[in-house]
Amino acid sequence: MKLCDMTIHELAMLLKAGEATSMEITKSVLDRIDEVEELIGAYVTVTRDEALEQANAADERIAIARKRGDFSGISPLTGIPLALKDNVCTKGTRTTCSSRMLADFVPPYDATVVGRLRDLGAVIVGKTNMDEFAMGSSTENSAFHVTRNPWDLERVPGGSSGGSAAAVAAGEAIGALGTDTGGSIRQPASFCGLVGMKPTYGRVSRYGVVAFSSSLDQVGPMTKDVRDCAIMLAAISGRDMRDATSSPEPVPDYSSLLEGSVEGLTVGVPAEFLHSGLDSGIRELMDGAIRMLQEAGLEVAEVSLPHFEHAIAVYYLISSAEASSNLARIDGVRYGYRAPDASGVQELIRRSRSEAFGPEVKRRIMLGTHALSSKHYEEHYVKALKARTLLIEDMNQAFNKCDCMICPTCPTVAFKIGEKPDDPVAVYLMDIYTTIVNLTGVPAVSVPCGALGGLPVGAQLIGKAFDEGTLLRIAYSLEKACAISDRRAPVAAADGRRGK
Amino acid sequence: MGVSKEETARIAELARLSLDEAELARAQGDLSEIVSYVNKIADLNTDGVAPTVQPCTVSNAWREDVALPSLSREEALANAPDRQGEFLRVPSIIQGEGDGE
Repeated sequence: MKLCDMTIHELAMLLKAGEATSMEITKSVLDRIDEVEELIGAYVTVTRDEALEQANAADERIAIARKRGDFSGISPLTGIPLALKDNVCTKGTRTTCSSRMLADFVPPYDATVVGRLRDLGAVIVGKTNMDEFAMGSSTENSAFHVTRNPWDLERVPGGSSGGSAAAVAAGEAIGALGTDTGGSIRQPASFCGLVGMKPTYGRVSRYGVVAFSSSLDQVGPMTKDVRDCAIMLAAISGRDMRDATSSPEPVPDYSSLLEGSVEGLTVGVPAEFLHSGLDSGIRELMDGAIRMLQEAGLEVAEVSLPHFEHAIAVYYLISSAEASSNLARIDGVRYGYRAPDASGVQELIRRSRSEAFGPEVKRRIMLGTHALSSKHYEEHYVKALKARTLLIEDMNQAFNKCDCMICPTCPTVAFKIGEKPDDPVAVYLMDIYTTIVNLTGVPAVSVPCGALGGLPVGAQLIGKAFDEGTLLRIAYSLEKACAISDRRAPVAAADGRRGK
Repeated sequence: MGVSKEETARIAELARLSLDEAELARAQGDLSEIVSYVNKIADLNTDGVAPTVQPCTVSNAWREDVALPSLSREEALANAPDRQGEFLRVPSIIQGEGDGE
């Protein structure tokens, strides 16, 4: 196996033991990018020179630690090449949200999560493709190019964090950050055979992350296994003065919590999630995953989320309302695209927005503006906020009976590029298992649990607020039982064979 | 429940989007379909239920009222599409006679 196909924790051991350097690992990743990026299209921007400089700095840092015999200043992320979704601001490196609107936007500051990764000595390889402004579930809504699934190049990687997922699955990064507003980390993780987590709302700072829906957005890790997820989550979590919604809850060392026993914990199976319309192959894999958790020592309980069927409607009302409000600041005046030759400022704003936003972004802005307009505010927006309360009460009730819940991450495997239904509602319904998690604020992680026709399938584990430790411990035991976390996508495996 | 063409045009105006005839027709269709789907929440009984604006557990995150470093004016203006010195430049806002630019 090449360095670029290994995990963060494996590479961290090699670095510490002096058996590999960050420069070697980073070059391995950059070589893989040279080899497969034309096929995959995971990145909007590759920051090759900066990555090599950062690798050099990480190697110096590790050398000093070795000389002093003190590795306390070295993190498992020191020297590890990572990718960032292109809605996470990077000082001096353009941050486009895969939109024509921000094609040339160069942030004057780093997002807090980026600053934390840099402080730990991580190497930033580049910025990954996404659905424009994170609106979509296939990365086909990027204004720049499509991204292909490393497991099957004719299929989408999922979205909206599809570039991050494809990059990690193809060995074009060791791990990545995505953002998740309604499933945008977990669904592409499921499609690309990765572990992807949406942390509790408030667990991770959103400062410097381009806002889509401020009451739903969270940043989270996309990695090859659960241990890597724990490492990245610990690195980015914690209170940030610059995000008033970030929580002061202490951040445990998630990695040290993985090995603990799961005996006596209960996994809830929401009756509504395993409805009759569910694909039989995915249903079988879910049943298998539940059995494996049972064999690992967990109790199984049936739970109920009675208002579940309303989650998609509630989600699209709230997220679109917040998006229309958040994107109102993009007006062609202070930054971003400006339409040429406008005769007045109103025309400038209208034309800049109309020329540079893509169709899905306009659709969401229209729905959100409709939901917030005086005529529909009560019946749509306020009603959705009340329904959100009912969903939170459902979640609290269910968690009285269990420590985590399990369900599919997505009702399908990765679909073919260009085969997304034309009907927007049909597309939105693919988020059926993921949106309720953002609406209720709790954490959830997608863990690979098998494959259908050679395409990965993820199981979603949903946890209690700020109890990512227990959630990851259960995810880790499922991962061990499934014993597939060392599988790599064909694109990566082919290069591995060539390398031997 | 459909959304009329007039209402779609009004929403586009509120959203500061200019849509041509074809885009307007498409937006009307999409909006009608999405609105008829989300209307299903009308059946929910929410009497006496308080709205949840966000799931955040933190309230009143205060800090000392002291000046902290922030972006310089140059950094803050670096992405401006058009500027004049320390100002952002836009076409004239107040349109008068013979006023076009």
